[in-house]
Amino acid sequence: MSNPFESDDQKALRESVRRFTVDVIEPIAAEDDQQKRFRRDIFDKMGGLGVTGITTPEAWGGAGLGFREYVIVVEEIAKASVPYAVVLAVTGLPQQTLKAHGTDAQKEKWLRPLAEGKLLGAFALTEPSVGSDAANLKTTATKSGDGYVLSGAKMFITSAGYADVYVVFARTGGPGAKGVSSFLVHKDDKGFTVGAPEKKMGWNSSPLAQLFFEDCRIPADRLLGAEGDGFRHAMAALDSGRITIAAISVGLMRGALAACLKYGKERTAFGKPITDNQAIQFMLADMDQKISASARLVEHVAALRDAGHPYGKEAAIAKCFATDSAMQVTTDAVQVFGGYGYLADYPVERMMRDAKVLQIVEGTNQIQRMVIARDLLRA
Amino acid sequence: MLSFETPEHEMLRKAVRDFAIKEVRPIAAKIDKTKEFPRENFRKMGELGFHGVTVPTEYGGSGMGALACAIVNEELARECASTALSYLAHAVLCVNNLYLNGTDVQRKKYLPKLISGEHMGAWALTEPGSGSDAKALKTKYRVESRGGKKGFVLNGTKLFITNAFLADVTIVFARPEGTGPEKDKDAITVFLAEKGTPGFKPHEPMDKMGMRASPTSEITFEDCFIPEENLLGQERKGTEHMLLGLDVERITIAAIPVGIAQGALDVALKYATERKQFGVEIGTFQMIKTFLADMATETRASRLLVYDTAHRLDHGEKGLTMEASMAKYYASEVGTRTALKAVQILGGYGYITEFPVERMARDAKLLEIGAGTSEIQRIIVARELIRKAGYSMGDKS
Repeated sequence: MSNPFESDDQKALRESVRRFTVDVIEPIAAEDDQQKRFRRDIFDKMGGLGVTGITTPEAWGGAGLGFREYVIVVEEIAKASVPYAVVLAVTGLPQQTLKAHGTDAQKEKWLRPLAEGKLLGAFALTEPSVGSDAANLKTTATKSGDGYVLSGAKMFITSAGYADVYVVFARTGGPGAKGVSSFLVHKDDKGFTVGAPEKKMGWNSSPLAQLFFEDCRIPADRLLGAEGDGFRHAMAALDSGRITIAAISVGLMRGALAACLKYGKERTAFGKPITDNQAIQFMLADMDQKISASARLVEHVAALRDAGHPYGKEAAIAKCFATDSAMQVTTDAVQVFGGYGYLADYPVERMMRDAKVLQIVEGTNQIQRMVIARDLLRA
Repeated sequence: MLSFETPEHEMLRKAVRDFAIKEVRPIAAKIDKTKEFPRENFRKMGELGFHGVTVPTEYGGSGMGALACAIVNEELARECASTALSYLAHAVLCVNNLYLNGTDVQRKKYLPKLISGEHMGAWALTEPGSGSDAKALKTKYRVESRGGKKGFVLNGTKLFITNAFLADVTIVFARPEGTGPEKDKDAITVFLAEKGTPGFKPHEPMDKMGMRASPTSEITFEDCFIPEENLLGQERKGTEHMLLGLDVERITIAAIPVGIAQGALDVALKYATERKQFGVEIGTFQMIKTFLADMATETRASRLLVYDTAHRLDHGEKGLTMEASMAKYYASEVGTRTALKAVQILGGYGYITEFPVERMARDAKLLEIGAGTSEIQRIIVARELIRKAGYSMGDKS
């Protein structure tokens, strides 16, 4: 599985995160799924490992590495737990926005502790009636004295209730994309509350909830960039988010295939290991093809981004292909395990539940296809 | 109404649909969460006559047959697949098999309470080491007399047994000591194990991905004495007994994913015509229309495969193994695919438990595994194709 195109440093990073995953994440992944529990101390340990600010410059407390390294980190963690990998990826989103658009003062106050893993970050774009159609968001930010007053609600917000700081997108101007601005909201801000955790199919150890803003007053220095730039910030963050979601899918698939290989060689039926059957062999072969193709797409888009090339379409391709693949691969993994695959005693049923929402987050796969087609037709 | 259905079938469907909307739908999400079997609904299903649809009227059933049973399963599964699965294990695997293979005395002793819903039935074939390779089972028995009574002493373990934890009567497959996969593989005997029999121990239900309100258990037999009168059919003829009801089982279990797919389509269709993005209902987008069209077409194709085979069975046609296997694996794969598409249409809302589609997706996956995996069904279809065409090959598969 060693990749000859990875540098020695990248290999060493992969190995250290792999070991961390085996030692720290794997032992708790099933239990935290069952208990629907997120442990902050696991995130703190990621901070200790130095992976909470992979792409943030060293000057601001990060590791100063690129997306090639970022995808290695989330992939390795997702092998054992998608939700913990997701929390790690999500805390990277406010960092992307701060790094690109924050003032030095904002960077000092927010970016540094986020990168060091001292603060947990979240990203609040979706609303109850606005998902794919993000430009129509309804949350408002009204100028008032020396600051803004936020009013509205956000939905499906990962790490809600556990995060310390949220990038919140709200309307400061007229309708449409140009009227949206981005703000930082701290968990203790007055008028800001978090709803009850949603009950969901998977991602059980990554909390998901609604956010409510009622007369939530925030100072002017919480505005990121200029008024009206918010939608661009959101789309840029989502482009990055698509890369990490694709990388998480690759990790998930690798975890599922590894589990199948182990089980398949041990389980016997009709007097031989089930892996002696072509029906099983071909499922495994199809899994490996999907993993390889997805991994190459992820590496390619990460390399494009690191080299400063446009990567929006490639991010959509990687996200769409890798997440569709992850759904298929994890569903087949349950099939390889048969009745045992349906039980909580083995990881594959959790993997299948965790896979589905990858096709929905960071832009549904319908949206990804729109992005790809639009780019094709523009040329 | 499909071309196969009689007015009686239509009335039955309406009765099940009414019951499912009134009694099953309101509790489906709750019992999925609490893993609680809906015993009260199970009793009501007995009052409505659902448990005896395959049993002749002289034994308290309605004598309607396989298509009727498929209709009950489909309409229950449309609202709650767990309810349908436990119904299937009871009414088809236990009740129908007991009727087909039981003596008159056994039928009169067990069927009335099973059909009324006062008692629950189960069927125990699978073991930890034998799933697809069912005849490799290892649960053993020896003939013994206890207190002057002839009987059989069972030892072994069964796994993935639906209803076992609650069942009053469980049909159990075991083999005589001294036989095994290498020697007399087919020498299997069937027993009726009653709840509370010493040495018969169903375990606490297992934690699983879906079908959570339908209890699945391990059963251990520890020197469990079963009296002679609880032998079902003839000794060492269990393989033949098993085959008698097999086509009915495959075809009725295949109706469960048809119901799940229909239920998922019901929810997705309503959502797609109400939810607005970019100023219009999402159903106006071609991609959503394509999802909906594929969901409906594949669901209808599944239903037709199931109903056609059930209809033929009801008209006395034999040798429908291939047709039953085709229906089973096609419908179950459509079930999963359709439920997953429904989750995708509902987006974030589809992933949370407020809507039933995430439960449907979790429930649907089981049907590709239970009662013969899709892989086994494909092997059966291909084997039958080759056999019916008169070709033969070197392998004995």
